[in-house]
Amino acid sequence: MCLAIPGQIVEMVDEEDQLARVEVAGVRRTVNVGLLEKEGGGSLEGEWVLIHVGFALSRIDEEEALATLGLLERMGAEYEQELRELAQEPAGEAAG
Amino acid sequence: MRFAHEFRDPRLGRTLAREIAALAARARSRTSSGAGSGESSERALKVMEICGGHTHTIYRYAIDELLPEGVEFVHGPGCPVCVLPMGRVDDAIELARRPEVTLACFGDMMRVPGSEGSLLEAKAGGADVRMVYSPLDALKLAKSKPEREVVFLAIGFETTAPSTALTLRKARAEGVRNFSCMCNHVTIEPPLRALLDSPELELDGFVGPGHVSTVVGLQPFRFIPEEYGKPVVVSGFEPVDVLQSIEMLLRQLAEGRCEVENQYRRVAASEGNWVAVAAMEEVFTLRERFEWRGLGTIEASGLAINEEYGELDAERRFGVRGARVEDPQACQCGEVLKGVIKPWECRVFGTACTPERPIGTCMVSPEGACAAYYNYGRHTRVGA
Repeated sequence: MCLAIPGQIVEMVDEEDQLARVEVAGVRRTVNVGLLEKEGGGSLEGEWVLIHVGFALSRIDEEEALATLGLLERMGAEYEQELRELAQEPAGEAAG
Repeated sequence: MRFAHEFRDPRLGRTLAREIAALAARARSRTSSGAGSGESSERALKVMEICGGHTHTIYRYAIDELLPEGVEFVHGPGCPVCVLPMGRVDDAIELARRPEVTLACFGDMMRVPGSEGSLLEAKAGGADVRMVYSPLDALKLAKSKPEREVVFLAIGFETTAPSTALTLRKARAEGVRNFSCMCNHVTIEPPLRALLDSPELELDGFVGPGHVSTVVGLQPFRFIPEEYGKPVVVSGFEPVDVLQSIEMLLRQLAEGRCEVENQYRRVAASEGNWVAVAAMEEVFTLRERFEWRGLGTIEASGLAINEEYGELDAERRFGVRGARVEDPQACQCGEVLKGVIKPWECRVFGTACTPERPIGTCMVSPEGACAAYYNYGRHTRVGA
């Protein structure tokens, strides 16, 4: 019910009715963008939005998405690093 | 799909599972020593995912199997289909059976059992019931069929209510006279308070509903740490999102912190979406009380269409009687919704009650806890 999916706005279809064409995983559909907060009157084209029951509910913030993924990558890298260090330490006793 | 696939990466999932395992022991020892009882140190940490969307993600991606021993999920009441009481379904069916009415609803609603069958069965019996993807599609239907009274059966938490509000605003602006709405929208805070006040439940933290927060922000959840001393992490819906939220919750518990954090920053702004909130405020008013399946009547928990938009209110237009029906005796949805029992512990789970022929609402929606357990093979304790 509360499922929502990301899509990219391709073009405005009807400014007055606040309708835009969005592409979701290769499928195009018209959605209402009347719930989006206006940001300096800029064009919506190319923006990524979250779509729920035919309405764009919010913009997706690419920087925040990358920040989250970056944090997780670093978390993984630290672990890998530790593993490597752990593997190096007992070099003298290496299997043989 | 961008902004979704990246958050399904098994490599990131494994990283998080490792962090969670490391944090779990620290969080458990801290929580049990905080409780002041040495013997309870073996008590499992219970994390409630409030939203049915998260329940679905957890079982679809078997996230429960990635958790270490001693950390378990309790499934919350955040599925609007699952909490709709039978009386409201009966009212909707009565509306649909009126000869002049076409009832439009989301697909999830079709199989929800009322006391004498579902909307799907009413449709088979000749009632004009249509499935729509969006409330705007219901409005479009009304415009294309001026000779019919089209009623949109609205359900959903704050995620969905703004879309209904904007549709009603549009209907009024365009003067569509044969369109109305039977409003069953509900708000998230009151049932959470009811759960937190329930003595049967012992929870250690909450995974918060990211899409509700997209609209209302973090504010409605602040009372949980402030008044009840439990941490909350508002979460996205991909498997990596849910795992990261568990990691953040356990970290709070391990470090002795207790606050509302936002894992879903790419979509949900901490302050929410004021345009959507304003649309809701323009159209809806709080009901004094609303009945919740399994949870009983909760004060100020449901939305009705306000005076100003009263002409679009199907309950007023058709004098809906407000049926009250007791939940079926065999059904234990209430206990499932409160996390008191696991779905497979219900006496009719998987036998008399299945997704094809549900008795209780938790088996109807794919986001219901019972349907999630049933569809992903968690039929017994061993499987669970």
